[in-house]
Amino acid sequence: MRAPVSWLRELADVPKDATGLDIAADLVRVGLEEEGLHGGDIAGPLVVGRVLTVEPEPQKNGKTINWCTVDVGEHGQRVSEGKAQEIVCGAHNFGPGDLVVVVLPGGVLPGGFEISARKTYGHVSNGMICSAAELALGEDHDGIIVLSELLGAEAAAELAPGEDAIALLGLGDEVVEVNVTPDRGYCFSLRGIAREYALSTGREFRDPAHLDVAEPNDDGYAVTLADDGPLEGRDGCDRYVARIVRGVDTTATTPQWMQKRLTQVGMRPISLAVDVTNYVMMLLGQPLHAFDLDTLSGSIGTRRARAGEKFTTLDDAERALDPEDLLIVDGSDTPLAIAGVMGGESSEVSDSTTNVLIEAAHFDPVTVARSSRRHRLITEASKRFERGVDPAVTAAAAQLAVDLLVEHGGGTADTGVTDVDHRVPSPPFTFDVTLPTRYVGLDYSRDEVLATLQAIGCEVEERDGDLVSVLAAPWRPDLTDGPELVEEVARVRGFDQIPSVLPQPKSAGRGLTHGQRVRRTVANTLAHQGLVEVLTNPFVAEGRFDELGYAADDARRLSVRIANPLSDEAPLMRTSILDTLLDALRRNVSRGARDVALYELGLVTVGSSSPQAAPVPAANARPDDATLSQIMTAVPTQPRHVAFAAAGDVERGGPWGPARRVEAADAVEWARTVGRAVGLDLAVVAARDRAPFHPGRCAALTLPDGTVVGHVGELHPKVVAALDLPDATVAGELDVDVLVAASGTPVQATQLSTFPSAHTDVALVVDEVTPAAEVESALRRGAGETLESVTLFDIYRGDQIDDGKKSLAYRLTFRADRTLKTGEVSALRNSAVASAVSAVGAVQR
Amino acid sequence: MSGPNTNYDPVEPAALDPRTIDEAVASALSAVAEAGSLEELKALRPTHTGDRSPLALANREIGALPPSAKAEAGKRVGQARGRVSQAFAARQVELEAERDERVLAQETQDLTVRVARRPVGARHPVSLVSERVEDIFVSMGWEIAEGPEIESEWLNFDALNIGPDHPARQEADTFYVAPTGSGLVLRTHTSPVQVRTMLDREPPIYVLCPGKTFRTDDLDATHTPVFHQFEGLVVAEGITMAHLRGTLDAFVQRLFGDGIVTRLRPNYFPFTEPSAEIDCQCWICRGQDPSCRSCGGTGWIELGGSGMVNRRVLRSAGIDPDRYTGFAFGLGIERSLMLRHGIGDMHDIVEGDVRFSRQFGMEI
Repeated sequence: MRAPVSWLRELADVPKDATGLDIAADLVRVGLEEEGLHGGDIAGPLVVGRVLTVEPEPQKNGKTINWCTVDVGEHGQRVSEGKAQEIVCGAHNFGPGDLVVVVLPGGVLPGGFEISARKTYGHVSNGMICSAAELALGEDHDGIIVLSELLGAEAAAELAPGEDAIALLGLGDEVVEVNVTPDRGYCFSLRGIAREYALSTGREFRDPAHLDVAEPNDDGYAVTLADDGPLEGRDGCDRYVARIVRGVDTTATTPQWMQKRLTQVGMRPISLAVDVTNYVMMLLGQPLHAFDLDTLSGSIGTRRARAGEKFTTLDDAERALDPEDLLIVDGSDTPLAIAGVMGGESSEVSDSTTNVLIEAAHFDPVTVARSSRRHRLITEASKRFERGVDPAVTAAAAQLAVDLLVEHGGGTADTGVTDVDHRVPSPPFTFDVTLPTRYVGLDYSRDEVLATLQAIGCEVEERDGDLVSVLAAPWRPDLTDGPELVEEVARVRGFDQIPSVLPQPKSAGRGLTHGQRVRRTVANTLAHQGLVEVLTNPFVAEGRFDELGYAADDARRLSVRIANPLSDEAPLMRTSILDTLLDALRRNVSRGARDVALYELGLVTVGSSSPQAAPVPAANARPDDATLSQIMTAVPTQPRHVAFAAAGDVERGGPWGPARRVEAADAVEWARTVGRAVGLDLAVVAARDRAPFHPGRCAALTLPDGTVVGHVGELHPKVVAALDLPDATVAGELDVDVLVAASGTPVQATQLSTFPSAHTDVALVVDEVTPAAEVESALRRGAGETLESVTLFDIYRGDQIDDGKKSLAYRLTFRADRTLKTGEVSALRNSAVASAVSAVGAVQR
Repeated sequence: MSGPNTNYDPVEPAALDPRTIDEAVASALSAVAEAGSLEELKALRPTHTGDRSPLALANREIGALPPSAKAEAGKRVGQARGRVSQAFAARQVELEAERDERVLAQETQDLTVRVARRPVGARHPVSLVSERVEDIFVSMGWEIAEGPEIESEWLNFDALNIGPDHPARQEADTFYVAPTGSGLVLRTHTSPVQVRTMLDREPPIYVLCPGKTFRTDDLDATHTPVFHQFEGLVVAEGITMAHLRGTLDAFVQRLFGDGIVTRLRPNYFPFTEPSAEIDCQCWICRGQDPSCRSCGGTGWIELGGSGMVNRRVLRSAGIDPDRYTGFAFGLGIERSLMLRHGIGDMHDIVEGDVRFSRQFGMEI
């Protein structure tokens, strides 16, 4: 909401020397955050000019510019060279004789734009003819300002070239823009902002709604309020004031001061009737609607829309109505407006309108909010109604509009005054005056609390002891409970007065949970191995699961769909982190990185084939256990995974030797290292059929009980091609939740033997397809408890063994609580070999 | 040196002649002194200390002397051999030292040649800031609570006093889960974790809820549809806004530097009442630089929202608002990160370019 300082001064006792910045600071203190300061940043010479000549000159670039001379009075070239100002202008909406606004060299336009004489299009342009946008008067870039259009022919006729346009257009006036929070709907008006200013500074507030309002009578236009479908038990409209002004010249020019104020608050002057209703709304916060009386059929009513009913709003859109929409209808039941949101075309005031009916009504916030949301129509009216409009200002607002139409449109007000008032007074509530002190931690005396309540318009009835009865001001529907009044008391004294006290938990915390610590360890372990952590957005395209080669029945195809995705191309939530991590890998490669290894830790979604909707029970009370359980179970399972992907070299080449490309085995080692870091020895099991991996280069990582922690390997060549990744990209994904659940049992240390170890080597020939891990575990089983370690130190394939075989050379290290004798070691070795022979058909070389 | 042997016959052998011995010693000492390497020194040993060396021969002759002469001759030969062997040992030490020095010089390596076989990894700074913040609160005795990112509407909105018709619900730019009526959203803030915590346990509650949040904002220099927040919640008997302020002050001092304070400004949030915007004193200029780029010269940086937990929220979570009060606050991690590290463009944080994370290493 924008508040011009000059307008604010009419409503509050603003000190003469107060600047926009001072006022903004006073408003921030009570909770109206500054959004910006406008105006006041323009410097002359900015003058009225009369266009003398206009010579169009087509340019090579296809544009036509106008080479103009302009009479700017006793300024510029008239003074220095004795001739009219010469200016190049790109706009075409003017001609000789028009009065325009000219900024001369030396002037500064909003935004610090300094004007000087400059050469352009083969001429020296001595200044600029200004548009509304250039003067920050509005967004209109279509052309330059023609003063007879902006101010009206009559006002323009009194202007002379050379006159100061800064004062004329009110450009020296500062405008303070504040952010209005949803609980302070009343601040969508100058009246509300002035009230807050007065509250903050303790200065006088002059209520612009205090005016002579005609008493309601039975001679007014017939209005019937009906509502067969109230929302939350409240009628859609509880007050409706209708006033009639006849013989209005709707083509009359809106007075310059009103146009200026509307422009300053960011509205575009349109026509007298519309401008008057907007002006009153900006001043009092009460949205008004002006109907062309002659298009109405004799009465006005309200009702909810019927199923299937349609209505064309002023913006020329035909809207399918909902039975919750509240309509304003005329006597023949024709819809005139969606109440509080937007009117229709048929009853709109036009240039031929002479008799105007002004509607000032109070609509239910919920009704308006829902209609506004349903029709995606956020209007100045709906914005105010849904936040709550003062239901006591209705009649005054209508009166002010009538007065302005009479004064500036030459009309006559009907003596009939309709004011259908079905307001249900909101009940007073009990407030404990000690609550502010207890809630804020700062002492507020009873007197201070009561004074604040009165200052914000509450009616307070003192009762026994600390309890008082409070009736909130009609413009403060947000005040319904103690804490809301606490905020008022606290903000009037100032939030800066609140002391700083660090609370001490009575019991010590438990620190990070095991799961939280494991997660950090996993992330740090990967980073320490040379991988770089990234964070990707979890949105994926429908085709991603095909690209990853998932089978039709792969559970990872089951996801959760976003109803309103940012991009229709990525409407699903990822079911694995690789879904989105691989895109980050490709992005790095496309930016020139050749060797990339990255990882991400985050949540993935486990979709359900039969998702249940989560109930949305009423708030303000704990839902019953059954409902709560339904809510919790409807939320999809979202396990935490870690994934990594790498391409290019994992070891760089250089003076020390050649580079080594990353291979699936690196991914296996990363995963195993992650496991070891959290105390788990993950087993590696070949996995032949796991998308998106190469069928011969993929392994599952498992826990001793067989639980799969995840898969790692080289990506399938088809996946590499589909995702445009580097050849032989490797990747892996582990379920961190499984790691968390499996770890955390304290390791039971074995006592270290100080006796020497004994080594023995063994070479075993096995089938090429036999996994090394199986050979190793067979050796371990056979060797028994004195085996300290098994290390594979060579793999041989070649002439000395048969095709399709490989020779695995292991070093077995034994250690016991005594020095092992040679014979014992040989026996253990033989036992290990025998185990491998029987388990995997190994033959000792 | 002894005198001539006069009381002995036959005359003592030539090898024991004092002059001969002196010459042998002198010859050995001179040769040792001239040995230029350990190899040369070693080669001299047979000549001067070997079995056939003059002194060894002299020594052998001692046994043939009459007892009266043995002692003196023995002493003479022994001293001579001692001098020679000392000379050898001393020269050995010298030459070894020279050799060691030479070898070490030869072993010199150019350590300015970088041997970066394995690239260095890094954490993402959003994770690092998040962990840093967690540690700050854990050190104050708080605990870390977490919740799902796809969340129920009731927990994300209704339980937080954002009713179906609340203006804030329309402004929340929410991602909804299909189909319509699923009752699920991508959480727009980490506040639902507050409610989950309160539903789960009894006060006193001191928890921090960090996590990923979602709004339907297009990615640009300052916005991202997926971002991170942390939310603090305290519910206990006698909690006041002064405790809120004290907590925020303690937090910003630990993250941004000693002496930094916060400022509260009245604001509106449905889930708190009273509600306050949190400003933090600019930790770059501390309000001293009118042209400061971090705070725009105002001396204050907007951090997030806060307030006393709305009684309706407490009731929705089954907590008695007449017995307990609480405060909550929510801050954006990306924003803190951008301000703290001078990051100008959100794209760098979210696009997963490894060059970005690498700038930060493992500690922030």
